[in-house]
Amino acid sequence: MGAIGIRDVRKSFGRTQVIHGVDLDVADGEFIVVVGPSGCGKSTLLRMVAGLEEITEGEIAIAGRSVNKLEPKERGIAMVFQNYALYPHMSVYANMAYGLKIARKPKDEIDRRVREAARILAIEDYLERRPGQLSGGQRQRVAMGRAIVRDPSVFLFDEPLSNLDAKLRVQMRLEIKQLQRRLGTTSLYVTHDQVEAMTLADRLVVMNAGVAEQIDTPLEVYQRPATRFVAGFIGSPAMNFLDARIAEGGDLRLPELEDPLARHPGASNHAGRAVSLGVRPEHLRPPENGEAPGFQLSVDLVETLGADTLAHGRIDDTRHELTARLPGTHKVAEGERVPLTVDASALHLFDAQSGQRIAG
Amino acid sequence: MIERRRGLTVFSHAVLWCGLAVVVLPVYLAFVASTHPLDAVLTAPIPVLPGDMFWENYTAVLTGDVANFGSAPVVLMLANSLVMALGIAVGKIAISVISAYAIVYFKFPLRTLFFWLIFVTLMLPVEVRIIPTFEVAANLALLNTYQGLILPLIASATATFLFRQFFLTIPDQMLEAARIDGAGPIRFFIDIVLPLSRTNIAALFVILFIYGWNQYLWPLLVTTDQDMGTIVVGISNLIQVAEAEPRWPYVMATTILALIPPVVVIVLMQRQFVRGLVEQEK
Ligand SMILES: Nc1ncnc2c1ncn2[C@@H]1O[C@H](COP(=O)(O)OP(=O)(O)OP(=O)(O)O)[C@@H](O)[C@H]1O
Ligand SMILES: [Mg+2]
Repeated sequence: MGAIGIRDVRKSFGRTQVIHGVDLDVADGEFIVVVGPSGCGKSTLLRMVAGLEEITEGEIAIAGRSVNKLEPKERGIAMVFQNYALYPHMSVYANMAYGLKIARKPKDEIDRRVREAARILAIEDYLERRPGQLSGGQRQRVAMGRAIVRDPSVFLFDEPLSNLDAKLRVQMRLEIKQLQRRLGTTSLYVTHDQVEAMTLADRLVVMNAGVAEQIDTPLEVYQRPATRFVAGFIGSPAMNFLDARIAEGGDLRLPELEDPLARHPGASNHAGRAVSLGVRPEHLRPPENGEAPGFQLSVDLVETLGADTLAHGRIDDTRHELTARLPGTHKVAEGERVPLTVDASALHLFDAQSGQRIAG
Repeated sequence: MIERRRGLTVFSHAVLWCGLAVVVLPVYLAFVASTHPLDAVLTAPIPVLPGDMFWENYTAVLTGDVANFGSAPVVLMLANSLVMALGIAVGKIAISVISAYAIVYFKFPLRTLFFWLIFVTLMLPVEVRIIPTFEVAANLALLNTYQGLILPLIASATATFLFRQFFLTIPDQMLEAARIDGAGPIRFFIDIVLPLSRTNIAALFVILFIYGWNQYLWPLLVTTDQDMGTIVVGISNLIQVAEAEPRWPYVMATTILALIPPVVVIVLMQRQFVRGLVEQEK
């Protein structure tokens, strides 16, 4: 019922274009998370789906029907805002019932739907309170309740959890996921928190500067990022990038080093090309017994996280900076040189100019 | 203040009591004078305790049933003033809340120009434009009518400006949430904007009611018929009686009566906007 089709959608504010042609097909019941840095156009895209922002070019369809010309209320959507946007002078009950009241639904139906939503969200005890008398988490639930009672074909979320403290955020994240599973409502969720993005999404849309750089499952985005931007944006701590060159036979060389850093089978037919070599900190490891180390890391700074230890340093005293995530049991001291190695399968190669993925 | 030093408390109370005395004393003396016969008020020393003429003086004044009194009954003037003050307060609020809504929430050509046009009228209070306004009122046959008393004082930039500033503080998401809920401009205005403005409306109502109640120059000009006179004008008429001593007890009784409606409005509305402040969202 709630499939969304976004076709070559563009948006300009005056003369500045902020969305440069986004294509996205959302299946019915799918949970799509749009993630990207601040100002990349996530909210703008969502607001165009909601009908709060006009579509400059392209088409948006909901449930197979073009909605370009429709008012927000006619689109069958419900939206949860970052600051909740509850009506402060109305009770929780009235907040949730307002849309239905405007739609002239019969009183007993409104009552049934509001109470049902309140039961699902466990806010039955607050129905008579004003939003001002609720905690942040409770307001968040009310905002969700207001979306649920409308029984929409699409949920739109614009950073709904970013005003909550860390612990509550984790809890609400789980609840949103469960709720969405249970209701099976197509959802479009905007965030710049990558943990939220990874955990909630059926598919991720990674946006950068008004362009969708990659649309894929979270795991695929993590394992095979399509561009250097995506690779650097998803994953924490961020992926390391080294300016490298592909030599004969797929050897990856840093200009300062004599020995190749690694050998990558997929790179052999790109010999001579300048690349950005991506390695995730968690894929760097101490060599096993008898294994030759790939390189030495001169450690400048150590961050102990308990479970893990982050070692920031440079490769063999060159300018190439690198962060490695080592098991917490692995003792590292600042100023030390630590032998490290990496499996070729964990390397990512991106064109040095375009940033597009080459192989691996 | 969170500080709780004893000396400070005593001092601030003393200051408050002094201020109160300065404000209350004249009102008290007026009240005392309104309860004595005329000759008691005119001979020194003036009385400082209420006399026994309360009922006589007040009934006489209220009904206008006194020989040589030279004015309409005070009840009638009070009613005229009430109509005028209510008309001005309600009219001003209604017009300014609607025009501020238009200016803030609708995009129309020359929107900023209109805003500044309204704003500029701030510099033209009634006194400045009184002659042309009088001429317009006369041509429209508004002399000696309630419309004539009220309309010229209604057009107001101050209230429009205040409402505009307030509307600008309502988050955009409120409008967007309402649009998604399906509320059109009129519903949004009635269901969201007006209730949110309740505190502002209550405060403005008090200010504008008193502003209207205290009008002197305009009612003096626009009403010649005694039955249309307002209380403030009436009081000054009482003082300016020809070739006789003003009847001070009556003047003072009228003054005390004229104080009551504004005080009632303040007391009633105060409860409104204190409640509004308490319920305000963080
Ligand atoms: N009404 C507007 N007028 C002009 N420019 C706008 C308007 N709204 C957004 N923009 C611009 O469009 C770009 C994208 O904004 P948008 O709000 O979609 O970013 P975002 O990805 O949601 O960022 P954030 O994570 O900070 O919320 C920004 O550069 C912003 O300055
Ligand atoms: Mg945003």
